[in-house]
Amino acid sequence: MLRLQCPSVSSVRPGLCGVAALKLLGAGFLLSYSTNYPLYIRSVPTENELKFHYMVHTSLDVVDEKISAMGKALVDQRELYLGLLYPTEDYKVYGYVTNSKVKFVMVVDSSNTALRDNEIRSMFRKLHNSYTDVMCNPFYNPGDRIQSRAFDSMVTSMMIQVC
Amino acid sequence: MEAAAGAGCGSGPPLLLSEGEQQCYSELFARCTGAASGGPGSGPPEAARAAPSAATAAAGPVADLFRASQLPAETLHQITELCGAKRVGYFGPTQFYIALKLIAAAQSGLPVRIESIKCELPLPRFMMSKTDSDIRFGNSAELHGTKAQIPYLISEKNTFKRMDDEDKQQETQSPTMSPLASPPSSPPHYQRVPLSHGYSKLRSSTEQMHPAPYEARQPLVQPEGPSSGNQGTKPPRHQASLIRSFSVEREPQDNSNYPDEPWRITEEQREYYVNQFRSLQPDPSSFISGSVAKNFFTKSKLSIPELSYIWELSDADCDGALTLPEFCAAFHLIVARKNGYPLPEGLPPTLQPEYLQAAFPKPKWECALFDSYSESMPANQQPHDLNRMEKLSIKDVADFPVSTQDLTGDDKQALKSTMDEALPKDTSEDPATPKDSNSLKARPRSRSYSSTSIEEAMKRGEDPPTPPPRPQKTHSRASSLDLNKVFQPSVPATKSGLLPPPPALPPRPCPSQISHHNANSEPSTQHKPSTQLPNYGDLRLQKQSEQASEAELHPQLNRAPSQAAESSPTKKDTPYSQPPSKPIRRKLRPENQATENQEPSTTVGGPVSVATMKPHPTVQKQSSKQKKAIQTAIRKNKEANAVLARLNSELQQQLKEVHQERIALENQLEQLRPVTVL
Repeated sequence: MLRLQCPSVSSVRPGLCGVAALKLLGAGFLLSYSTNYPLYIRSVPTENELKFHYMVHTSLDVVDEKISAMGKALVDQRELYLGLLYPTEDYKVYGYVTNSKVKFVMVVDSSNTALRDNEIRSMFRKLHNSYTDVMCNPFYNPGDRIQSRAFDSMVTSMMIQVC
Repeated sequence: MEAAAGAGCGSGPPLLLSEGEQQCYSELFARCTGAASGGPGSGPPEAARAAPSAATAAAGPVADLFRASQLPAETLHQITELCGAKRVGYFGPTQFYIALKLIAAAQSGLPVRIESIKCELPLPRFMMSKTDSDIRFGNSAELHGTKAQIPYLISEKNTFKRMDDEDKQQETQSPTMSPLASPPSSPPHYQRVPLSHGYSKLRSSTEQMHPAPYEARQPLVQPEGPSSGNQGTKPPRHQASLIRSFSVEREPQDNSNYPDEPWRITEEQREYYVNQFRSLQPDPSSFISGSVAKNFFTKSKLSIPELSYIWELSDADCDGALTLPEFCAAFHLIVARKNGYPLPEGLPPTLQPEYLQAAFPKPKWECALFDSYSESMPANQQPHDLNRMEKLSIKDVADFPVSTQDLTGDDKQALKSTMDEALPKDTSEDPATPKDSNSLKARPRSRSYSSTSIEEAMKRGEDPPTPPPRPQKTHSRASSLDLNKVFQPSVPATKSGLLPPPPALPPRPCPSQISHHNANSEPSTQHKPSTQLPNYGDLRLQKQSEQASEAELHPQLNRAPSQAAESSPTKKDTPYSQPPSKPIRRKLRPENQATENQEPSTTVGGPVSVATMKPHPTVQKQSSKQKKAIQTAIRKNKEANAVLARLNSELQQQLKEVHQERIALENQLEQLRPVTVL
């Protein structure tokens, strides 16, 4: 696996009539620069996408903070899951970082109390697996936006399930 | 199936429905009514035709169905009117059946009249899109898409073969092609089924099960309809496929077995794919890595997103590598895409790795399998367009990293043999294009074993012949002149001295030595005719002008070794007068080793000295013979001198050339210097 970009952000916002948002953010190659740019962004209520985008972006700081706090040993998947990054009045933001510094950020509506931590974890795990599958495609250049239909369908199903 | 409902025709004229028709119609009707919950009818004008009714067929599905019949709108209007739907306001079973019958009539070319439905007609044919059919018509299986959409990959499959069949049926197809040209513009991509086909097919089959399989195939057409104009020209399937579908699938709804004809890989294709796989990866049971496959597939000139999607479809286990069935599936998808077929949403069942492995367990095909295949597809009709498509596909395939250069000779022949039947023209192009393209395509050669590709063998053949070794700067040529022979009497001792520097000139014996020589000649000849040289030495010995000779010899000795590189004329002169100098020289060695030591190269001393000791007493006897011996010695020395002279001139020549080269190099250096300085 290449050392890729960073984060994939997913923001899920289930509470309001099946609204969910996923965002994946990526950073540049380690060799070149390391900025966080999105690899994949998805939100169910597309009208609020910009807002989610903003939230995700701001949460990247928190993610970085947590990563640095954890130290170098990021092998265990437990550590990959960052947990609740910070709660806002409306949303909760969860983070997950892979071994290759790809970050997943999920924004969940606070009103959705049905979502438990385990579920979030499983969702991240699924995201990670799908992302790995995307990576296995030799035609995928790390750093490109993810256009895999399988990935899309997985995300869609996940968001629908959550909603 | 409901048969009863259709039988009774209320107000309309009595409808005589055959059993098949009844089945079909009732099925259609059921579908229409059952699909009422489906999406709204997409055709606005048609929707107005049939008023929705809860107890009857819904307008939407009916409209779609009618549209699927590929009849012009006014005809459909007429039919609707005639069947009484407009009058009644809904599509009851009667109206529906009448409408269907009218559609059949219209499709068979009869005028849309009530009277026409009285005669026996074939079943109406509809081409349904997948979404419509799946959602609304579920099982339809019946007429829908009977001929339908076969198109695509049949053409692709047939590309390699069956030109003959296609040719035969082109004629029958051609008249129907033109109307098919227009359909693609219509939203649901319905294609008109050639009537001739319809008749023969339908009459031949009591079951009117047609494809749910074909419906499944339709998605292939639908999404990319506008993009590929070819689709419109693709005629509906032919009997063979139908027959196959019939035999295979008894249940209308079974999508499992052979729903996607275009995605089925034929024998030749499979073989081709396997060969390509082998060219990338020698072990058929192993897999191709992602990067290798990427390079390979990139040559197909499809866009990266498409290739990415194809990979996604074919790499079932998402491991970043392609096994043989996965590779075949991917290749097949690529070929299909290149032929204009849209990529499926999901991997077709016929391309699943398990299916492929089960269907083609052996990497090599057996004729039996092939035969069965060919039987099942006897009369596949292909329109000219399809033929063109096939040629295009073959060319594409050929252009595609065919790299037949990588194939072994056998593979090439196999490939050619499969393609020969189909497209003789293209096969001739095949070797040409891949060779041309191969130079452009940098194929990663993961094979490490000594594959027997022709080009590689050729390349290897070129390497071995190294240029002939340069003539050594030794006197090889001189050696060819048999200097060895000249100096052979002195035998082993002198041999080593021959090659490197030219043997030192024999010292010039003084006349006194010549007499010595003469005296010695006879006894020496008695002993060893070859040892004339020592005789000279003997002569010398007996005449006691040793010191004089010594003095003479000294300069001669000194001159001899130093003359190795001197010009020839001097050499020629001196030996002339003093042929026996050599033996003298050697003679001197045993007697005066100190003086003899000045001669580095001459090594004859040992044997010579021994030989010279003996003939002492007999020297004086035969002066005439000695003279003769001297003369022969002179001659030989002259020859030696000539040889040495020639050698010298050659060396001079070489020296000149080397000098010139050096000058040229120095010039170059000078020219280059100012550049570097800057």
